[in-house]
Amino acid sequence: MEEKDKTARFEQTILPHLDAAYNLARWLTRNEHDAEDMVQEAYLRAFRFFSTFHGMDGRAWLLTIVRNTCYTWLHQNRAHEMTTMFDEEIHSVDSDSSNPAALALRSADHQILRQALDELPVEFREVVVLRDLEGFSYKEIAGIANIPTGTVMSRLARARERLKKILCGQPKEKL
Amino acid sequence: MDCKNAQTLIAGYLDRELDRVRSLEIEDHLHECVACSQVYENHQVLSKGLRTGSVYFKAPPDLQKRIQRSVRQAAKPESTPRWLSWSWVRMAAPMAAAAIALLVLVPFLRGPSTEEMLTREVVSSHVRSLMANHLADVPSSDQHTVKPWFNGKVDFSPPVVDLASRGFPLVGGRLDYLDNRPVAALVYQRDKHLINLFIWPSSDSSDAGTKSETRQGYHVFHWTRSGMTYWAVSDVEKSQLQEFVQLVQNQNSPTS
Repeated sequence: MEEKDKTARFEQTILPHLDAAYNLARWLTRNEHDAEDMVQEAYLRAFRFFSTFHGMDGRAWLLTIVRNTCYTWLHQNRAHEMTTMFDEEIHSVDSDSSNPAALALRSADHQILRQALDELPVEFREVVVLRDLEGFSYKEIAGIANIPTGTVMSRLARARERLKKILCGQPKEKL
Repeated sequence: MDCKNAQTLIAGYLDRELDRVRSLEIEDHLHECVACSQVYENHQVLSKGLRTGSVYFKAPPDLQKRIQRSVRQAAKPESTPRWLSWSWVRMAAPMAAAAIALLVLVPFLRGPSTEEMLTREVVSSHVRSLMANHLADVPSSDQHTVKPWFNGKVDFSPPVVDLASRGFPLVGGRLDYLDNRPVAALVYQRDKHLINLFIWPSSDSSDAGTKSETRQGYHVFHWTRSGMTYWAVSDVEKSQLQEFVQLVQNQNSPTS
């Protein structure tokens, strides 16, 4: 592939997914400057490996690279966050006292909703972002996050449950 | 169906990811169980709230230009030739002298061999992987996770061996670029030292014995076997890297 053609084709197929790349990086790093750096680095890597991209979904392909770039960075710069234990299993079923109407009201306030999502462990945050913000299927999420589809489902279930508890202002130790 | 299972499946039901049988099962359960139907309703509200896009972060307006610039920069072959810059013009005389000296000496000198260039590339790649957040695209100590990850990313299947019991746990794998082609890089660890093992199909089919070299304090071992070229590089003690190389070779030999 001619270098010029390659650049043009890259800009045509991969560059349009910039918002998705930034959104994911912003949610994973929780910081706008780091997110910009991650996105730039991910794009350079994507460009380097563009010859391995064979007409699959460009957005999913790019986000896999963004996600890996962010995780490497998180391991090196936010190791304490990565070692926080997060609980994959649903252990007990609490009686649910939250009220859907109140919850709808809380989640309509985007500042409160953002703050709540920020509080989730990164493994939960990423599945919510990929599913509810990006609209990927479980299979696509499994490919991007390198986990089985069953885990995608259980993490989403746990993530939404925790999000709900944060929004309803239940004490932290109960999460 | 118990409530514990149901609460996981509620996610799949909400996202229309369940098959028909499962969907009917969960619908039945939701009809019977007040607690779970409450969970379902709440999760539905949440998911809807998130989907409105109110918490979506759009890229800042100048980011696209910044990326376009850096990609185009990366696409340029080896940047602008430095000998065209002005500071070099002033050095024209010494350069001419050097050129004459070179012309005289050329018959006695040889340029760096391909092997030497590749050694340089391998060491640079190793150093870069340690400093630029580039260590692993797929961080995993499980060979059965790392190996399939390369599917569709390279046109060969790199042998990934598990050497954890021999003191070299796997850290992960990543794509790299060496010898003008995408290659598989496997990362192993010995104590605090990291080892990069680069693998790609060799250009000729004959096996080549193990050669080693030391450059900038890094030890490099390379060999070709069964159509694959291997380069191992690390700052670990030479004897330990040699042990690693032997383990890789034994595990990959067809008789083992």
